[in-house]
Amino acid sequence: MLKHILTSLTGGPVTEAAPAPADPALAELAGKLDKAAKARLGRSLSIREVDAGSCNGCELEIHALNNPIYDLERFGIRFVASPRHADVLLVTGPVARNMREALVRTWDATPGPKWLVACGDCAVSGGLFAGGYACDGPVEQVLPVDLRIPGCPPRPTDLLAGLLALLETSAAR
Amino acid sequence: MYGEEPLFGLLNRVGTPVEGHRPWPRYRLGRDGWLRLIEGLAGNAWSLLGLWGEPKAVHAAFREDFSGDVAVVSLDCPQGRFPSLSAVRPAANRLERAAHDLYGLTAERTTDPRPWLDHDAWGVRRPLSEQPAAPVPNPGPYTFLPVEGEGLHQIPVGPVHAGIIEPGHFRFTANGETVVRLEERLGYVHRGVEGLMQGRPVTEAAKLAARISGDATVAHSLAFARAVEAALGIEVPARAVWLRALMAELERIANHLGDIGAICNDAAFAFMLAQTSQLRERVLRTADACFGHRLMMDRVIPGGVASDLPERGAGLLLELVAELRKRFPPLVAIYDGKASLQDRTVTTGIVSADLVTRFGAGGHVGRASGRDQDARRSPGYAPYDELAFEVPVLTEGDVNARVWVRIREVEQSLSLIEQIVVRLPAISRGLDHPSIPLESGRGGEGMALVESFRGEILTWVRLDAEGVVTRCHPRDPSWFQWPLLEAAIGGNIVADFPLCNKSFNCSYAGHDL
Ligand code: SF4
Repeated sequence: MLKHILTSLTGGPVTEAAPAPADPALAELAGKLDKAAKARLGRSLSIREVDAGSCNGCELEIHALNNPIYDLERFGIRFVASPRHADVLLVTGPVARNMREALVRTWDATPGPKWLVACGDCAVSGGLFAGGYACDGPVEQVLPVDLRIPGCPPRPTDLLAGLLALLETSAAR
Repeated sequence: MYGEEPLFGLLNRVGTPVEGHRPWPRYRLGRDGWLRLIEGLAGNAWSLLGLWGEPKAVHAAFREDFSGDVAVVSLDCPQGRFPSLSAVRPAANRLERAAHDLYGLTAERTTDPRPWLDHDAWGVRRPLSEQPAAPVPNPGPYTFLPVEGEGLHQIPVGPVHAGIIEPGHFRFTANGETVVRLEERLGYVHRGVEGLMQGRPVTEAAKLAARISGDATVAHSLAFARAVEAALGIEVPARAVWLRALMAELERIANHLGDIGAICNDAAFAFMLAQTSQLRERVLRTADACFGHRLMMDRVIPGGVASDLPERGAGLLLELVAELRKRFPPLVAIYDGKASLQDRTVTTGIVSADLVTRFGAGGHVGRASGRDQDARRSPGYAPYDELAFEVPVLTEGDVNARVWVRIREVEQSLSLIEQIVVRLPAISRGLDHPSIPLESGRGGEGMALVESFRGEILTWVRLDAEGVVTRCHPRDPSWFQWPLLEAAIGGNIVADFPLCNKSFNCSYAGHDL
């Protein structure tokens, strides 16, 4: 154990350089945040993740953001346990009807200013699941979406680039 | 113990074989035959492998664990009713409730008639039956089982949980800190996969199969592909068979690494997750470099594989094996040597051998409680018959045993990857890609059993002559593990639930479909 800690100390960080904020995401977000909101948020975002019918592939890659290689927290972005503490809902899945009420209630429980990010093809377009008896997706059919991060699942770098764009736009100038 | 008469003996007496079901036989039973089967099940140890509905029929699959014989039995139910198996095979109950909610089939004399997947939110009842019905007006709340006793209180958790995990509801009844009973309510991520597969060409249905449970995308794709290939009676190129196993083992390692770290993290030992998540990332990047997708989604397809291993792939994989062999053992030593960790995992969340056998639970949940079953070995499938590997089995049945089974499986999978890379067959003559086209013009029924990182997947499929899926039932291993989680937490403290849950890591999506 001690040896491990020493190697970690001397080995330098394993964390990789961040990708640039995603351009399409910046464009999508432009004008979505007013000055007051920017001032309030500063350079930090608290995210509550909601699985609204995901296959769990998206969750695996969202998890990866917390590993030391992507290390999301270095940007002031962190995942929180309660929607009450969140600025952003990161929603995955095609909104399974059995999850619709829980999703909407989680959104209602999130204090403003707040944003909703649709993560993954299912959330963005309904993916392969739209139109069935069991799903209401895409997410924008149910709640207002501020940012879309497509991919099945999106790579951690895509997720990072999208979230950084949100941070850029929300940060006070 | 293994029945007075063999599986096929009984089925040949009470049923008639159905043509065109591969590779195992399917028997059509009359109602009397079905009742005789239930009688037989009360006195033998055949494992229930699955149970699924169709508009006017119900099917179940069994294995005689001793001989490895597998068979499917079917009962026509023109009235939409069938005698329940739940009294003799408790694991059948939730599957029967699902068949009821989707196909409107009623299990007579069931041990539990409550709805399961249907939460009164679809706007329709029995959506996959011949006559879907209007929703119940003003549906009442779901009734949880009653719990009585002095000083009990309830803790409802979910469907939205505190972490980045899938949704489901847990109803704890506790006495102080001790859990007296846990009741699960699942179905929140039901996406209607079985209904969406119906009427789709095989290639499209394969995409849905790949998204049944993202963490087991390779295994579910493999089970679907093998079921389709069995139905069509085709054999895929040898190179594809070996590449599939390669991907499956990469998937197994990636998941076990992530989960071992996450279990320790739930015991407040974050160091381990920080380490194993780096190793996991290493595996995913290698998978990406070799197959073009970090989770290898849509890479196993009916007929073969979607992408061949690039030339540098073998080198990358051997490097990965070497690196993991260097970096993983010291972490295992830390796990083993940390008293504070062992204090949390040893004797926590025990599942008895009797329960895993009764529920036919596989994967690390079964093998940590002494159930020596692995689909790669029995019934077995290529190329595992040509590879050397062990199936680790422990008997303690606690969180620690489940961690150790996973640790040992990582080691085994590393060896398997090495063997596969070294012996990978060359591409067959006349092919420029390790896959063959699927001929249309013949249909059939096929079934496959595939070992995912989580346990055994059963996929059953029926294709029409155009190669269109008319019915597909993918049964995730979680179906037989979720009920045991309820038992595992009994008598433990509430704070140990995350540990127990993570040590199982059942799939919500794979179960809810
Ligand atoms: S986008 Fe893809 S990975 Fe994400 S939930 Fe949907 S199917 Fe799964």
